[in-house]
Amino acid sequence: MDKLDAPALRSRIETFAQAQAIGRWDLGAASSNDSSVQVDRGEAKQMKAAQRSSITVRVWNGDGLVGITSTSDLSDSGLQKALAGAQDASAFGNPDDCPAFSPLATAPLQVLEQPLHEPRGILELLTSLKDAERQLLDRHPALTTVPYNGLAERSSERLYLNSDGACRQQQLTTASVYLYARAEQAGRKPRSAGAVRLAYGASDLDLAGCITEAAERTIAHLDYAPIPTGHYTVVFSPEAFLDLIGAFSSLFNARAVLDGVSLSSRNSLGQSLAVPFLSIADNGLHPGNIGASNFDGEGTPTRRLSLVEGGVLQNFLHSEATARAFGVAPTGHAGLGAKVSVGPDWFEIGATPGAAGAALGLDRLAASSQGGAGLVLIDSLSALHAGVKASQGSFSLPFDGWLLQGGEARSIEAATVAGDIRSLLKAIVGFEGEAKVTPDGLCPHVWVEGLSITGEA
Amino acid sequence: MVVTLSPSSASPSGLADRFDQAWRSPLESLLGLGSAAGADLVEVFLERTDHLGVLAEQERITSVSPAFGTGAGIRVFLGERDGFVSTNDLSEAGLRRALEQALGMLGLAAPSLGASGLGGFDGLASLRDFGASKAPWLGACPTLAEATTRLLEGTDQLERQGAHLQARRGSYARDWQEVLVAASDGTFARDIRLHQSLGLTVLAADGEHRASAGRRYGSSGRPEHLAQWDVEASALEVCTSAGTMLYSDYVEACQVPVVLANRFGGVIFHEACGHLLETTQVERGTTPFADQVGELIAHEAVTAIDEGLSEGAFGSLSMDDEGMEPQRTVLIENGVLRRFLSDRAGERRTGHERTGSGRRQSHAFAAASRMRNTYIAAGPHSPAELIASVEKGLYCKAMGGGSVGPTGQFNFAVEEGYLIEDGQLTKPVKGATLIGEAKEVMPRISMCANDLELAAGFCGSVSGSIFVTVGQPHIKVDSITVGGR
Repeated sequence: MDKLDAPALRSRIETFAQAQAIGRWDLGAASSNDSSVQVDRGEAKQMKAAQRSSITVRVWNGDGLVGITSTSDLSDSGLQKALAGAQDASAFGNPDDCPAFSPLATAPLQVLEQPLHEPRGILELLTSLKDAERQLLDRHPALTTVPYNGLAERSSERLYLNSDGACRQQQLTTASVYLYARAEQAGRKPRSAGAVRLAYGASDLDLAGCITEAAERTIAHLDYAPIPTGHYTVVFSPEAFLDLIGAFSSLFNARAVLDGVSLSSRNSLGQSLAVPFLSIADNGLHPGNIGASNFDGEGTPTRRLSLVEGGVLQNFLHSEATARAFGVAPTGHAGLGAKVSVGPDWFEIGATPGAAGAALGLDRLAASSQGGAGLVLIDSLSALHAGVKASQGSFSLPFDGWLLQGGEARSIEAATVAGDIRSLLKAIVGFEGEAKVTPDGLCPHVWVEGLSITGEA
Repeated sequence: MVVTLSPSSASPSGLADRFDQAWRSPLESLLGLGSAAGADLVEVFLERTDHLGVLAEQERITSVSPAFGTGAGIRVFLGERDGFVSTNDLSEAGLRRALEQALGMLGLAAPSLGASGLGGFDGLASLRDFGASKAPWLGACPTLAEATTRLLEGTDQLERQGAHLQARRGSYARDWQEVLVAASDGTFARDIRLHQSLGLTVLAADGEHRASAGRRYGSSGRPEHLAQWDVEASALEVCTSAGTMLYSDYVEACQVPVVLANRFGGVIFHEACGHLLETTQVERGTTPFADQVGELIAHEAVTAIDEGLSEGAFGSLSMDDEGMEPQRTVLIENGVLRRFLSDRAGERRTGHERTGSGRRQSHAFAAASRMRNTYIAAGPHSPAELIASVEKGLYCKAMGGGSVGPTGQFNFAVEEGYLIEDGQLTKPVKGATLIGEAKEVMPRISMCANDLELAAGFCGSVSGSIFVTVGQPHIKVDSITVGGR
């Protein structure tokens, strides 16, 4: 893999900055090579490759205000133009909220176990994906196509430098496969479901597991029926619950708190947010987080951070600037900008050790045998970008799932689940099964009572 | 190997800063190599961009984000297959490397330099320069100081006209793009695009009551857009919406007739039906309308159009990203499916003729058949007639985002809704989601009003996020599932 030359880049930036009388700067640079394939019924549909490089440079002007510019033009003239653009933009920097270098930009980093893989090459990817598509279609006669599929590998590198001498650098290789199958039966609506796998190299991808999961999930939805509109106890799959928490992560986001668009406020720390047996942590360093980074956009080390413990809000995610505003240390969740964004890495969700009240080891089929309206198992949520109002706390989301009734599970034809995240966090009944590692985090199945389901009105 | 991060410095004869006739020779060399290698068609897309983003919050400018860049996308077709490579490296060697990589994906190899023969490539046609008259656009756009001043006027107007506002935001984005497209069928075309968008959003909060509202205003090819923006009217619209919704109740789930307002109400057609009329969906086998050209797929009240021609509209363009001039494409006429939107790949794979709809976010994406300005045509009724025809239903004055799934199921958030009772608008309600399937809903659009308007938006799909408009007059859907609490 190509390697970014940090010393050479620093030397060039220092020269250009000096010529423009810029004394304080930092930058994030990235470079990547991607290859991906898609197939359609045994034929290559599209093969793609991309070489990308980009840089974002920030400068501090004489008044201490920050300006920023990004570019993919990494020639000398491009870098000079970027510095000049950042200098111009700094005249409009916000004096009330001015970022500085992270005090942790030179702190030791945790070493990550991330083996680098040589690329297999696009023609090998194509062969593998064709084979996976064929195996998937062979699983059931109703599986007619795999309209959304892809196998990709990527080698990338990112770099953080600042004028105080900080230098962070990371090389990474990753690979991914997704298979989204479509099943059709005469007189019935088409049904669709899929699966995704990630790894550090294409040769490590669990293709067999992806095929099996995609097939089983799609076939399981063939025998569907409408669900009556009403209120149900809902069992969220780990993936679905992680998606929901991710969509409302502004609850934990210091930037959103300061901007007044979070449901949390400065005073929320130490307050009850959820049932007293819920724990949520952010842990980008978890070995299950494929593609983890050990530093954020400001060079701050990534670390595990407890967000909710025993249902009580413990900490917010921070950048350098928000941490300074709260009087704490940066947590390693920053991007790089004039106004620095803050975001989560990878959630760990489960029962608080030793906390009482959680129903553990729940059994959905046994519970559904006890009569009543039944349980709803939500396998996956859709359209989170449209159906979540994070600043209001409300959500209304379509989902794929099952109605569990009389000890049997039947796929739901089409439905949405709606509610308020604050109410939902207080209505958690307990957990089912072991926590599962997913691309977005670690979580067991989560039971929530009294959610509104719209199916057949 | 060590990358020294200076890829663009060796572009052919230093051409990275200008896209013009000077590129003819290096592009013909590339296309000739690709053709000689056995490709059916080779296309090169070159791009330069200059972006400015500004964010105002409350009384402060909180973010100014300039960005610029260059890049190329090279696509090679062989039969129905294609290989696509994108790169930031516009040097002669970089472009050749990208071409060779794209050829290699299809099992082809470029002949050595100096080899004779161009594989049937007859050279590029005369440059069709759609950008010649647009050179002054970038210079005529507002300066950074002007943009920040205008946005602060916006957040000030929000403060003046709103109540219980916890957060006020104004945003401005200016996207300038110069493109040069060359293909081995002789296509050689250049264009300059300018898109500007303005947004105002507020979050109102009073105790446990919360409501947010936002509006976006976008244009293409109008450097004066920001100067002509009616800040006061925009702020009033946003604040009125947030104020109305702040204390509203959540809607109960139901199956009722719905009247959708004009402008951004058109997102329902865009998502629920428009995407299914792109040849990309025909290729995937994911549209239920694939074999229904000439058949009735919607109510006879519905005529739907996609075009790239409306002056100043967000989705308008002089040429698509494959060098073809856009058309006015009648998709549905009086309920009958007439045409699909098609690009190069769609034409090769499905037989539907190109419609000037090949679009992409940037050089990093291969073009795909995508919508431009898409709307339901005006009908004979007044909006009041539509509402009066509903005994019990929902009026959707402002729509949020939505999506359509791989089996045609769609959902849309309703930002501002009102109950309709006995033909009258009554109380505001929030939390509504419209749910359905295109094939089932299109025949239920039974009335169209006479007040067609367009609204700017962004559409994300296979070839990235692109500028579009959606639009419609007020329309009535006889029955639709409304998700609620």
